Order: sequence, then C-alpha cells, then structure tokens
Amino acid sequence: MTIYLPIAELSVNIFVILGMGAAVGFLSGMFGVGGGFLITPLLIFYNIPPAVAVATGANQVVASSVSGALAHFRRGTLDIKLGLVLLVGGLAGATVGIQIFSMLRRLGQLDLIISLLYVVFLGSVGGLMLWESIISLRRAASNKPVSLRKPGQHNWVHRLPFKMRFKRSKLYLSVIPVIMLGFAIGVLTSVMGVGGGFIMVPAMIYLLRIPTSVVIGTSLFQIIFVTAFTTVVQATTNFSVDIVLAWLLMVAGVIGAQYGVRVGQKMRGEQLRAGLALLVLGVGIRLGFGLVLPPDEIYSVVSGSFGF
Amino acid sequence: MRCAVLLFVVSVFASLPAAAQLADPTVTISDKFSERIDIGISTNEIAITSDFSGADITVFGAIDGADELLLATFAYDVVVALEGPRKSSTVRRKERVAGIWINRHSIRFEPIPASYSMSSTRPLADIANLMELASRDIGIDNVRLVPTGGVGDGSRLTEFREALRRIKQASGLYQRDPTGVQFISKALFRATVRLPANIPVGQHKVRAVLYKNNQFVMEKVIPLRVVKTGLEQFIYNFAHVYSLAYGVLAVLLATLTGWLGSVIFRKD
Repeated sequence: MTIYLPIAELSVNIFVILGMGAAVGFLSGMFGVGGGFLITPLLIFYNIPPAVAVATGANQVVASSVSGALAHFRRGTLDIKLGLVLLVGGLAGATVGIQIFSMLRRLGQLDLIISLLYVVFLGSVGGLMLWESIISLRRAASNKPVSLRKPGQHNWVHRLPFKMRFKRSKLYLSVIPVIMLGFAIGVLTSVMGVGGGFIMVPAMIYLLRIPTSVVIGTSLFQIIFVTAFTTVVQATTNFSVDIVLAWLLMVAGVIGAQYGVRVGQKMRGEQLRAGLALLVLGVGIRLGFGLVLPPDEIYSVVSGSFGF
Repeated sequence: MRCAVLLFVVSVFASLPAAAQLADPTVTISDKFSERIDIGISTNEIAITSDFSGADITVFGAIDGADELLLATFAYDVVVALEGPRKSSTVRRKERVAGIWINRHSIRFEPIPASYSMSSTRPLADIANLMELASRDIGIDNVRLVPTGGVGDGSRLTEFREALRRIKQASGLYQRDPTGVQFISKALFRATVRLPANIPVGQHKVRAVLYKNNQFVMEKVIPLRVVKTGLEQFIYNFAHVYSLAYGVLAVLLATLTGWLGSVIFRKD
C-alpha cells in the first residue's frame, strides 16, 4: 500500500515507514534517546530527500520525546528543574547552530561535514560508553559494588560557583556546566539535525555524575523543546517538514516507545549503557564505511528544490 | 501566483480556434509533405492522489492524408514523448581525498525536462538520423544538456552528461519504450506513456512527432497538467504560504500524538 507524501513529493510504502517508526520508537523508549540519529539516516536510505529527512526527523522526535518524558514523569524519574536549566543553554545553542548551518551550506560540503560529525561523535561517544560499561559489567559479575557516584569524590565541575540544588537528582551542582552542556548540545542539534540524546545522556552521566535513572527522563524533557524549536525553524526556512511522513513515523514510534520504556525498566543501568553504546557505535561505523568505501555511483544529481 | 499562470496557459490553449491551427505554436510542419498528425488524450490533467504509484496514459492519434501504400510498408513512424516541467540540474562528482569520498567537481546544466517518458513505433535509430533527432530534442540521448557557468577544462563534460542521463533513467524519471506506439488501424495509432511514481508536478507536454521514410513531417504538442489533489495540495500550499503556522501545527500534532500514546498505553 502506497501513500503520497505532499512535501517530499513522492510515493512510499506505508508499511515500510510504519516499521521504521516502530523500530526506532522501541529503541528510543528503551535507551532514552530521541531516535533522530537513527531515523534520519534510515529515511535517507529509503530515498527521502535529505533536507526532508532531517526536518521531518526532528518533528518525529518531538512526539517520541513527549511520550517518553511523560512516562518518566509518572515514574518520578524526570528532574524538571535540571531540564529547564539545560534548556536555557539548549535554545541559545540551537540559535547559534542554525547560523552555523546556513554558513556551512553557503560554503558547500554541508553533507560531508554532517557525515564527519556523525562519525566522530557517534564513534567516540559509543566507544567510550562501551569501554566504561564493559568494565562495569565485569565488576558486577565479580560482585563488587557498582556505582558511578562515589560519595566524597569530586572533580573540577563541583568546585564551580552558582550552585543549585536539584532534589530529584540528589545533586548540589553549579549551573555553569549544565548550561554549557545544553548549549553545546543545542549547537550540534541544529547542525546535525538530531535531538542530541546520544551525546546528552553520556555527558550527563560521566561529566555531571547525574544518576542514570534521572538522566534519561530529563534528557527527553529537554529534547522535546529543542526539537520543537528546530521543527518550526525548518518549516519556516526550508519548507521541508513533511507532516504526513512525520505523523506516520510518530504513531508507530509512540507505540514502539511504550514497549521500549518497559523493557528498559527491567534492565540494569550498565546493561542499558552497553546496549546504547553498541547502537551508537554501530550507526557511527556504518556511516564511516559510507565515507570511506567507493560509492556505487560517484555522480549525484540535484535538481529543483530537494534533489534526489 | 503559479496557479494563476497555469490557468492562463490552459485557457490560451482552450480558446484557440481550430481554424487558426497553422499559427498555433504547438504545431511544427515541414512544407515538403501533405500528411498531418493529430493526437488526443482523455484528460488534460493528471491528479496525484494519496495512493498514487505511477500511471500509464494512453495517447490516441491519427495520420491524416497518409498514403495507403506507404502505410502498408511501414514507412510512417511516430514518436510520442511526455516531457516534464523544465528544471535546472547540478551534477556532482565524488573523488577520494585523504581516504574519504567527497564531492569535488560539479557542473550545472540549463533547465532540462525533469521527467521524460518516450514511446515510439521502432527504436529511434531506425526512425531518423542522429542529427535530425538531436535538432528536435527527441530521445533520452538527445535531450540537450547545456552547461551553465564555468565547466573547468571541459574534459569531463561528456561523463557528466552521461551520468545525468544514467541517474535520471535509474530513478525512473527518464524512460523509453521503443515499441510503445502501435497502429490499431491503417492510420490510427495508440501510444502508451508511463508516468513514474515520482513524477514532478506542474505543466507537462505531450509531443507527437511524425516521420515518413526517415524524414521529419510534423510535430504536434498538447499540454498536460500534473497536479496534486485535495489534501495533498492543501498541505503543500499551507506549508509554503503559512509556514510558521504549519511548523507550530506540526509540533502540536507531535505533542498530541505523544501525549495520546502515553495515555492509551498507560497501565501502571
């Protein structure tokens, strides 16, 4: 069964789109990532023009993040105060990121920069997380206490001023690194067209030492707003948000995410981190191969607005 | 604005009196021959509905004043082509730099038909010589590709042209059927032209060209509009005219869908 997408201007198989949405929704619910870094490359593999894939991906992430964040809110694993502080930085970063995005597009080679950023970030974040979680898993197997939070042990982050108490996270932390993290993620969000959860989650765990259980809900909370902002900006500047495509992905994604959240709850923190690490690393390696391997067709054509 | 222009074009075609056909810009005639070609299609508008997955259109036509003997010896040939709206295209070529494949060179071409679907009575090479076909832009290999701006040393121009044709054919936008035109009686013919699922919307034209013993006789062009319908058209217009409202609506829809999902599936 096919359906015509009014903005992408082509017909697609509705079941392929629903399947993609459900699979990505499941993974995003389980690991607490928006799924933008999965859905965008998948759509491009399925011949959706990249400009439409990036913008529509952001729109879809709004829905899966709302759904996931609400589930976490009910379970009490969402720190709204921490999320709001991150958001202050995030929106500022997204605004700067959009300027960088237009500048890169004027210079050409935007696709290359995006691919390189994906490979570098997915590769390094995935690699580091995998390394850490393997050590944790081995420690757990030999029955040693597993805790990322070592009371009394503070790094430079904890000596900064403007401290604020985050009750849910059981943290007393300076707002400076939180806003800076939000800002950096915001820049990457608008340049790479993703929610940024795959960078946000590990950064919150390892840099800010926030408990894993709170990290996922809080990251989803702030992703809602940054991707909503990105969607509106893409719709007004590039006219590339396909609401029909986005809605199909959303419906399937939201259903998938509900099951993902349940599976995620049953897993231990270090298992979740190892799973997310493998996923992130896998996508990074796949995109890396795409840059290095000789392409089937070394020519490409862009005609009209989006090309193919 | 675009709609208004299209409407104007259509009304011009509609209001042309049949008697003024010689002055009709859609007709090209060689003075040497007395034969005439005429074609008709059942509709001048193809609607893209939500389940559109490509379509075949059938063009009927007749050769007036055809010589019976020549008809019997298959001396007449007909080429029917559906040409899409013209769009400029940029072809990029990847090269390996420091182990990574990146776009290095690009050539921009003057507007060419975004889609081109052709049917003929025989393979083009048997119908007329290359020069003749090229001078009238007939056939995928003869669609004129004129580079704009700098092309460097130009040594790769042929490769870029071939790549453009190859990619257009691979995507289904350019296609040919060398046996798609069939005579159903002496002077009546039927041509089947394939519209791909990714057909661009806008003003297309159906071109029918008549050849007699490898020589050009006459060309007739009729317009065909490919339009989105109902909801698809509404969404497209809304997204372009009220883009801010569209963006906000997309976000609201996402929020609502996400919220509904978490309410419906709430068990605990």
